[in-house]
Amino acid sequence: MIYVKEKDLVVPGEILAEDDYYAGRGTFQENGKVCSNLLGLVSLRNKKISVIPLKSKYLPKKGDVVIGKIDDVRFSMWGVDINSPYPGILPASEVFGRDKKDLSRVFDIGDVLFLRIVDVDEVKKVKLGLKGRGMGKFKGGIIVDIAPTKVPRLIGKKGSMINMIKDKTGCKIVVGQNGLVWVKGKQEMEQIVKDTIKLIEKEAHTSGLTDRIKNRLCLLIDGELPEEENEEIEENFDDAFKKPELQDFREEAERELADEKAQNEEDFDDLDEDIDESEDDFDEDIDESEDDFEDVDESEDDFEDVDESEDDFDEDIDESEDDFEDESEEDDEEDIDESEEEIVEDEDESDDEIIEEDEAESEEEIVEDEDESDEEIIEEDEAESEEEIVEEDEAESEDDAVDEESEEAVDEESEESESADLEEGEEKPKESKFLDTFKHIKEQEKKNKSPFDLSRGNRKSPTLNISSNK
Amino acid sequence: MNVVPEISKRSIVKLINNGKRADGRDFDQRREIVVEPNIITKAEGSAKVTLGDTQVIVGVKPSIGEPFADTPDVGVLMTNCEMLPMAAPEFEPGPPSPESIELARVVDRGIRESELVDLEKLCIEEGKKVWMLFIDLHVIDYDGNLFDCANIAVMAALLNTKLPTASIVDDELVLDEENLMDLPVRDKVALSTFVKIGNGMVLDPSLEEEEVLDARLSVGVTQNNSYISSMQKGGEVPLTRDEILDAVHTAIATKDEIFEYLE
Amino acid sequence: MIEEVFFISSENKQLRADGRAYDELRPIKIKAGVLKRADGSAYVEVGGNKILASVYGPRETYIRRLLKPNTGVIKVRYNMAPFSVDDRKRPGPDRRSNEISKIAADALRPALMLESFPRSMVDISIEIIEAEGGTRCAGITAAAVALADAGIPMRDIPVGCAAGKMNGDIVLDLSEKEDKEGQADVPIVILPRTGEITLLQADGKLTEEEFEEALDLAMEGCMRISKIQEEALKERYNVNG
Repeated sequence: MIYVKEKDLVVPGEILAEDDYYAGRGTFQENGKVCSNLLGLVSLRNKKISVIPLKSKYLPKKGDVVIGKIDDVRFSMWGVDINSPYPGILPASEVFGRDKKDLSRVFDIGDVLFLRIVDVDEVKKVKLGLKGRGMGKFKGGIIVDIAPTKVPRLIGKKGSMINMIKDKTGCKIVVGQNGLVWVKGKQEMEQIVKDTIKLIEKEAHTSGLTDRIKNRLCLLIDGELPEEENEEIEENFDDAFKKPELQDFREEAERELADEKAQNEEDFDDLDEDIDESEDDFDEDIDESEDDFEDVDESEDDFEDVDESEDDFDEDIDESEDDFEDESEEDDEEDIDESEEEIVEDEDESDDEIIEEDEAESEEEIVEDEDESDEEIIEEDEAESEEEIVEEDEAESEDDAVDEESEEAVDEESEESESADLEEGEEKPKESKFLDTFKHIKEQEKKNKSPFDLSRGNRKSPTLNISSNK
Repeated sequence: MNVVPEISKRSIVKLINNGKRADGRDFDQRREIVVEPNIITKAEGSAKVTLGDTQVIVGVKPSIGEPFADTPDVGVLMTNCEMLPMAAPEFEPGPPSPESIELARVVDRGIRESELVDLEKLCIEEGKKVWMLFIDLHVIDYDGNLFDCANIAVMAALLNTKLPTASIVDDELVLDEENLMDLPVRDKVALSTFVKIGNGMVLDPSLEEEEVLDARLSVGVTQNNSYISSMQKGGEVPLTRDEILDAVHTAIATKDEIFEYLE
Repeated sequence: MIEEVFFISSENKQLRADGRAYDELRPIKIKAGVLKRADGSAYVEVGGNKILASVYGPRETYIRRLLKPNTGVIKVRYNMAPFSVDDRKRPGPDRRSNEISKIAADALRPALMLESFPRSMVDISIEIIEAEGGTRCAGITAAAVALADAGIPMRDIPVGCAAGKMNGDIVLDLSEKEDKEGQADVPIVILPRTGEITLLQADGKLTEEEFEEALDLAMEGCMRISKIQEEALKERYNVNG
């Protein structure tokens, strides 16, 4: 016996169904009845009823990517406001390794960072980390907030919404799963994106939103409606709400990061005078608008400035690297550097491929998800358990890394080079994220995707061992 | 303590230095004002005013009491403000914060010094009985610029305040509840608050502008003769002479916008 | 001020001071989502009562001794505006408002499912803008809507209403005048789906039978108000129609 249908708006306590229905997320079972415990929209999957909330606070989950604001600097950690009932902490060791430094020189109160949730413990202490592509401090741009439950809507089906906004406005956009969004582009475009995000938040529960947003953006930016070829962005009302777990989002974020990484790489390339012209134009635009700030804090120079002051840049790096070398005296420094380089190179080569694969895979996953309504619940469970396994593996691999001192040393080294980057400015992560990459490898391995990935999986330890045994 | 993200601050400053505001307003443009007078039946005068998304409710309650010794023939005005915890996540219950006291006093000064209410007409028996007006400000939603919103709300409430006619018969105070008199209001005052951010002074700051302000200046201007009746500077950064004079000029030039809502 | 003339006799149950039937509620109006900053909010008018309720949270517990490791906690602040009553009320909490704050928290807590928010706190604020009898029930009704609006998980939406005794009759939803002149007042809050009672007070003299009648009448009133709460919440998201 069911009393509601898909997409119905229900209130807490409302009886949704009786007898042979299962209570999904946002519902509870009482005396054989399935009731809603939220103000939200009904989502039916065969016999499983869920309610997707229209408003909700962000609950931190391990592995989520979030945008946080430094609100405290202590002796060995930063306090980070992650727009949640639970404050986050970023241990200094995530940035420096074992060494203690003046933390506020790296991140100060008010800085906004892109972070990954490393762990949420029993007392809801949220430990944050910077391992991952694109992680670090944002420079420039604006922060827009959106209800965390509406983040999937902002992303859209396979990223349709967010990519459309990016295309139309030329802004860089990074979405945190905690409902904070970073936008950087031309000043007026930033404001347009901000208004658009607010509009999406307000109308998230209505259908045909992507098209309306697109028309609006076209009117605002081009002064005319788009040509009639956007049929493929067929909007499905429940897509956006179906997975509040944001599986699709995570992939989106990865892709986003990959994009940025690609861009960063181009910026690095700039040093070698290998300039992509269009990219350059874009950077210049930003440069102009940012002139005001360049003198505010020299150590924070944006990467765009690199073109102008190559020498400075190198010097800075040298300086910061000196710092690290002092810390790892027992290791052979040169060798570490060498191996580090090797790793970086390797990753540079292979990363793109991985990303491509990831994307393909994630899209598959999403498609699966969307069609799931026709499938058995068992399958969904399978998918979930798979997820869990992956997570376990991650943990394992992390443990492995920590177990071996040698690996730790390199880990630290890599972290430090990362922090150096961060000190230089935003979004310039050198490829030092073993764990992150390793996770992907593990995933690939599990799914037997390609021999290439397996080889990468094996490669890690030998490289590490070489560096430390010397 | 709410920390403002550094990049948000920079973005707002950058906009203002380029002559723009985040919400697209001009520097001397106020947000939308909505005045709802007479919303509380039990109060002798009341109003709810919305300025952008800032909302303030004002109730006026009269009572009869003794005048102050140095002004035996004038009535008494008391302005009190509560920044309710519902208005913002950082507002806490408890005794009035310094901010809420400042708000009450700035609004009070604007009303008092413009001699808007003819307080002499509120004297019932010299030295013994005068009307005391309690103006209670309730901030229910804080989205920037409480000063101007509160000032409009107080004005709107005073303009619809009605008092029983009071007289002394055989040394006894007699209140005639059937013959109500309008509060003797003879002028109006427009409070205009500016904030300095970067190189610009903007009127009617939004919350995000207020969070990053360098300095704040409120200017009260009377409807009759455009007298400056009250001013208050806030914030940690100094203002120049020209900035202040510009603000005063804008306050006078735009004051009628506010009075339109009070008709 | 015109004095209202009213007849009430035990023969004629239908007539009350304001012309209501014995089982008739005062006009009631509920709106959800009326404040921008609050996570959830509601505005309720019951007769001459005008009440605002707001919810912030779940958020970090700033009062450490309240923290519970296994679930979230709530804190309620019931406050009357100085201009909400005939004679100006001094601002700030008094014994009455402190008591109501406490019983309101007790009335709301059983409906909340804060297990997924351990160590957090939900701040509920009930602000009486204008009072005309029965503010505690109407205030809790408003707070419940604000909680749902904030997206707080709840097993039900609590709803409050009172019944009382007026010139020997049991009547629903006492107005201020009836409250003052009547012989008894029984405010309750229930969880409408199950009919469980989460707040019960009574003052005045009632026989056992009268109490039962009052309780049933109040519960019926609650059920009717519950429908209006539901409509208000759905209205908030009813963009297209």
